[in-house]
Amino acid sequence: MSPDRLAVRKTYKLYVNGAFPRSESGRTYEVTDAKGAFLANAAWASRKDARDAVVAARGAFAKWSGATAYNRGQVLYRVAEVMEGRHAQFCEEVAAGEGLSSSRARAAVDAAIDRWVWYAGWTDKLGAVLGGANPVAGPYFDFSLPEPTGVVAVLAPQRSSLLGLVSVLAPVLAGGNTAVVVSSKARPLPAVTLGEVLATSDVPGGVVNLLTGDAAEIGPWLAEHDDVDAIDLAGAPADRAMELERLAAGSIKRVLRPAPEEPDWSADPGLTRLTPFLETKTVWHPIGL
Amino acid sequence: MTQLFDYAPAPESRSIVDVAPSYGLFLDGEFVDGSGAPFKTINPATEEVLSEVATGTAEDVDRAVRAARRAFTRVWGPMRPADRGKYLFRIARLLQERAREFAVLESLDNGKPIRESRDVDVPLAAAHFFYHAGWADKLDWAGLGPGPRPLGVAGQVIPWNFPLLMLAWKVAPALATGNTVVLKPAETTPLTALLFAEVCRQADLPPGVVNIVTGAGDTGRAVVEHEDVDKVAFTGSTEVGRAIARAVAGTRKKLTLELGGKAANIVFDDAPIDQAVEGIVQGIFFNQGHVCCAGSRLLVQESVHDEVIASLQRRIGTLRVGDPLDKNTDVGAINSAEQLARIRELSDIGVAEGAHRWQPACELPERGFWFPPTVFTDVSPAHRIARDEVFGPVLSVLTFRTPDEAVAKANNTTYGLSAGIWTEKGSRILAIADRLRAGVVWANTFNQFDPTSPFGGYKQSGYGREGGRHGLAAYLEGADSK
Repeated sequence: MSPDRLAVRKTYKLYVNGAFPRSESGRTYEVTDAKGAFLANAAWASRKDARDAVVAARGAFAKWSGATAYNRGQVLYRVAEVMEGRHAQFCEEVAAGEGLSSSRARAAVDAAIDRWVWYAGWTDKLGAVLGGANPVAGPYFDFSLPEPTGVVAVLAPQRSSLLGLVSVLAPVLAGGNTAVVVSSKARPLPAVTLGEVLATSDVPGGVVNLLTGDAAEIGPWLAEHDDVDAIDLAGAPADRAMELERLAAGSIKRVLRPAPEEPDWSADPGLTRLTPFLETKTVWHPIGL
Repeated sequence: MTQLFDYAPAPESRSIVDVAPSYGLFLDGEFVDGSGAPFKTINPATEEVLSEVATGTAEDVDRAVRAARRAFTRVWGPMRPADRGKYLFRIARLLQERAREFAVLESLDNGKPIRESRDVDVPLAAAHFFYHAGWADKLDWAGLGPGPRPLGVAGQVIPWNFPLLMLAWKVAPALATGNTVVLKPAETTPLTALLFAEVCRQADLPPGVVNIVTGAGDTGRAVVEHEDVDKVAFTGSTEVGRAIARAVAGTRKKLTLELGGKAANIVFDDAPIDQAVEGIVQGIFFNQGHVCCAGSRLLVQESVHDEVIASLQRRIGTLRVGDPLDKNTDVGAINSAEQLARIRELSDIGVAEGAHRWQPACELPERGFWFPPTVFTDVSPAHRIARDEVFGPVLSVLTFRTPDEAVAKANNTTYGLSAGIWTEKGSRILAIADRLRAGVVWANTFNQFDPTSPFGGYKQSGYGREGGRHGLAAYLEGADSK
């Protein structure tokens, strides 16, 4: 690129139902780097955007949850491949937003892509690890299998803008759920870029919907939405988590509570973010001649 | 229907049970007085007062939780897992030894037929303790993470429909995983829990490991809201489940909820009709329909609708409604006046909304709470009787033409606890089961339970599982409640 070339800047938009709309509210907010310099005007998602995203996620659920586990694994692995191609862009955004040195930003992006690969490999193991046959006292083949909970609202971590985001989103998808994600408010740019990755990775539209904006504003609408089955409060403001959990009780949502402090996302997550968004179905199949 | 043969009465003797005129709370291994105003528990089949039972106040609950905490820290937590298992094996055996006594007492206090308390409730309760006893020293192999640790004190609130069995579902896994318990039985059916307290004493279970605090909603609330409770387990209505989920919001408490249901029982045209009719009857009239997983919505393929309904009505005509202690009784008493009023209200709404109500000619006893087996046809999915949990012997019949329509109608509910499929075709069973959003799916059977088989709901039927390997997770640190 010649030094005097004027760069073409990107408009940062939402990612809903496979498309990139602006917020229906017309609102944007200013995103700065860690030192306060202007980076972008991000779309400021509204209640209506959140509701549209839930409709999209519900619509996408049957196909995504009904895909074979092998197919879901391949699609998710494809996401990691495309992320790898955007490695430099992610590094730049993470470094700017989180105020990291380029080597630490690189480490965070590496970990995020590796985390995505890790979850991609889980899709076709969950049934064997979490399910099983139950030796009931009767003429039945009785078995239990994990199934996705449904539409999961995810309030993504506020500090770790890519590794944190991937750590909460990928397990939801690996289990076969669809997601409505509210990004980090102050550091939304990696989420927007991840949306572009998803749009070009064979993930069906609507499976992931990414909203940039304020979890404190949109969170309550998602927590009380009757067509949302579960909510991950990872990025909920500390003083709002209890209220959000209360709202979620109205439709008996599964709630994954936030840690008191945002955790170190590089730690091995185990199954802790997969099982909260899985149901166990038990089938009694008759045995007889 | 003409009766060819009359049945002679075949009453089970109630002399085997010795109901005390009054009962206290079971705290720290002793029966003590409650601080609240005692309440009466009655026999719903006769309205006879059986006993007067203590009401636990918030102070009593606090004493119970402190006893449970002490027992957890000093005795039950540090105990060798194999020894915890042995206590549970003892309890299982004691329940078997005293099975008849428990069965008669359950039928007296709850109104369910002795045939069911004797053949289902009590044997299954014993089986739950026997099953979980074996887990106590094998938790490292449960696949729930390395070195699984108990949570501490479990506060458990159980319903009146299966009083002893629900106690077993709650207490057995909690104890096997090393937790101690404060249990609040339902206010209309406290007696078998209090007899269970005696079993704990016969087993020499260390004081404070199991505490039983009787009372009504306020007592339950005190258990759920107590600060030193680490785990809340509740079985009951979705409405109360919501309130409990709100109450534990923002706390460290781990929560499992087993709530209401509106199960679809789907009959395809290739199903063996006689077998399906038995299953439909078992699905909705078992335990007077006081079953959260009851098959209360019959979805029958249009081509066999008339045949199924005719056969069903013929079969219902032979059901014997009456004295719960009579060994020939199929359908017992409704558990309370309050529940009877709710069943009547919803049944009348069914008629008012345009569905067709059918009831067999049957004589109901003069005293007590009774509701005849009831079938509604011409039900639309919008009717209240197709949407609300009646929790009584009321079946709503809807029809479908294609498997897709059956699945769509079955899933058209806020609940997701159970479902039934009747067909001769194994591949169809698995294909339909795969698409039903329900935690338990029975094929060519209904209302089967087993301690090895995880039970629990999707959607607003609650979360967490009881029974099987999955049920242990609800009582272990780190392991998720699924």
